[in-house]
Amino acid sequence: MAESDDNLIEVRNLRFQRGERWIFDGVDFNIARGKITAIMGPSGTGKTTLLRLIGGQLRAEAGSIHLDGNDIPRLNRNDLFAVRRKMGMLFQSGALFTDLTVYENVAFPLRVHTRLPEAMIRDVVLMKLHAVGLRGARDLMPSELSGGMARRAALARAIALDPQLIMYDEPFVGQDPISMGMLVQLIRLLNDALGLTSIIVSHDVHETASIADYIYVIADGKVIGQGTPEQVLNTDDARVRQFIRGLPDGPVPFHYPAIDYCKDLQLERE
Amino acid sequence: MNWMLNFVQRLGATGIETLGVFGRASLIWWRALWGMPDWRNGPTLLVRQLYFVGVYSLIIIVVSGLFIGMVLALQGYTVLVRFGADQALGQLVSLALIRELGPVVAALLFAGRAGSALTAEIGLMKTTEQLASMAMIGVDPLKRVLRPRLWAGMIAMPVLTQIFNMVAIWGAVAVGVDWLKVDAGSFWANMQSAVQFREDVLNGVIKSIVFGAVVTWIAVFQGYDATPTSEGISAATTRTVVYSSLAILGIDFLLTAVMFGVK
Amino acid sequence: MRMRTIEISVGAFMLAGLLALGFLAIQVSGLSIHDSNRDTYKLYAHFTNASGLAARAKISVAGVVIGRVTAITLDPKDTRAKVEMAIQKNVNFLTNDSIASIQTAGILGEKYISISVGGDPEVLKEGDEITDTQSALVLEDLIGKVLTSIGSKKD
Repeated sequence: MAESDDNLIEVRNLRFQRGERWIFDGVDFNIARGKITAIMGPSGTGKTTLLRLIGGQLRAEAGSIHLDGNDIPRLNRNDLFAVRRKMGMLFQSGALFTDLTVYENVAFPLRVHTRLPEAMIRDVVLMKLHAVGLRGARDLMPSELSGGMARRAALARAIALDPQLIMYDEPFVGQDPISMGMLVQLIRLLNDALGLTSIIVSHDVHETASIADYIYVIADGKVIGQGTPEQVLNTDDARVRQFIRGLPDGPVPFHYPAIDYCKDLQLERE
Repeated sequence: MNWMLNFVQRLGATGIETLGVFGRASLIWWRALWGMPDWRNGPTLLVRQLYFVGVYSLIIIVVSGLFIGMVLALQGYTVLVRFGADQALGQLVSLALIRELGPVVAALLFAGRAGSALTAEIGLMKTTEQLASMAMIGVDPLKRVLRPRLWAGMIAMPVLTQIFNMVAIWGAVAVGVDWLKVDAGSFWANMQSAVQFREDVLNGVIKSIVFGAVVTWIAVFQGYDATPTSEGISAATTRTVVYSSLAILGIDFLLTAVMFGVK
Repeated sequence: MRMRTIEISVGAFMLAGLLALGFLAIQVSGLSIHDSNRDTYKLYAHFTNASGLAARAKISVAGVVIGRVTAITLDPKDTRAKVEMAIQKNVNFLTNDSIASIQTAGILGEKYISISVGGDPEVLKEGDEITDTQSALVLEDLIGKVLTSIGSKKD
């Protein structure tokens, strides 16, 4: 567990099932306030599902998710609406609304949760866009943006309401080096400048480890490793090492289960 | 013996699956339409959807209507003239259109054009996680995305049907009266005595409202329920057109039996 | 896409729909604003056979439409068809000895009532009955008559 007592989110004994499979089978997390926490693991282990559980989009079978005194799975619709104002989420594909301009996209959460006059909304939107470097692109449509720009615009939308928590779902996937570097820097900058708490879900070890304060590694529905980046990178656990080092063979085998090689090629006599 | 058991088992499983789909679709329809209307954003969203669903469909409706009216007049004439009953062309064309062809053909065209577009659009919004991010921001995508589209379909369909009927009758007039020289006076007089406002025109309007509601419901649900991949969206779009067409024809039979059935 | 353009287009779209409905109502179905009950008065007539006659059938004098059939019922007293007619108020010169006959319009057999006016000084008023009636020609009877007359000629 993270040492700090000041945790923004405390997840206890979380269990979530999809179909026959238990995605999470009793996991515990602490997300420290003001820090960047990374959740890493192989594809398909439910990292995105975790973000959705925290955001209240999915409901867990058992366990609790405490955010600032609210137990997310137990909230009713109105309370959930109020809590969502404190969260921002950056989706893997940006998820900008394609029928609105960049400006309107960033203004969207403001219009939903506040009754600010147009002039004030304009100020806030321009400030957020400036923070991500897109103030000049405010009148473009999402289809006119490059991938990196779209993600930055989505980031501006995610921080529009000055949330306490911001969640990044695979932010580094498919980015060219410049965009990648920009995003990495932005995430760290915003976290420190705005006093945010950030959760990054990623399987990109190098980038994530460079900015994270604490890392959880999950696989098969359980936490298999956690610690500061140095601790995790130098771990003895075989499964964590295979993942961190990117080793092709180890606890996750290279060969799909099959019969003996010689027998298959019929090199052995019966 | 085994294959028979398997067959029954699969039939049962499909039946239960279908019930589940129907239940999901009904829940979504209910949740989208229930509750207070959004007075701030609702009208703007509705007008926008009316544009994409109604105005964009105008061209295909008008062109199809024109040609169908002309063909009806032509075919009707060649048959009627053999019995010396060509003055009945007006009532033949108008009754066929207003009672049946107008609502049904316009609805089928609508399903193909607007229905598939709606499914693809919503499916794409689901795939690119726009619906999920909308929910995260705290806006119910059912109310913001689905509801305006459902209403737009219910309103646009009757409007399109009336326009279809009108254009088709003009086409029939052009062919029958102007080209085939059917007497204009008896053409219109017979038509007016045969077509009744309440029984024919209004029933046709009711049919088109029902079709609009059903087609839009299917289209919107298939998009919302689609697997978020490109194959998933393509399959959903196909399902929309197929299911809508079957539903239109089936419901048309029911409505016709109720409205125009033998008393 | 500018919002104003969208709004104008949608407005035009809805207007076109309304116009189309109006066209269908008036031009195609002959719905008339003057078509109200207050402008008509009731007359009755009994027919031995009213087959083929339906409600809303035309009633005409000398080929001019002056009213419509409103109801056809079976009169239990004399087992004849009792036809209720709505005649326009301004047609108030139908004499007491007018004849109402059920005729066929065109070969497709749409039945209507034709009234020929007589010479009686008295005219029919609200609730009166036309006593002189001629029933519908039934095709089968006609064929039967022709066949029997051919048969009798052969003898």
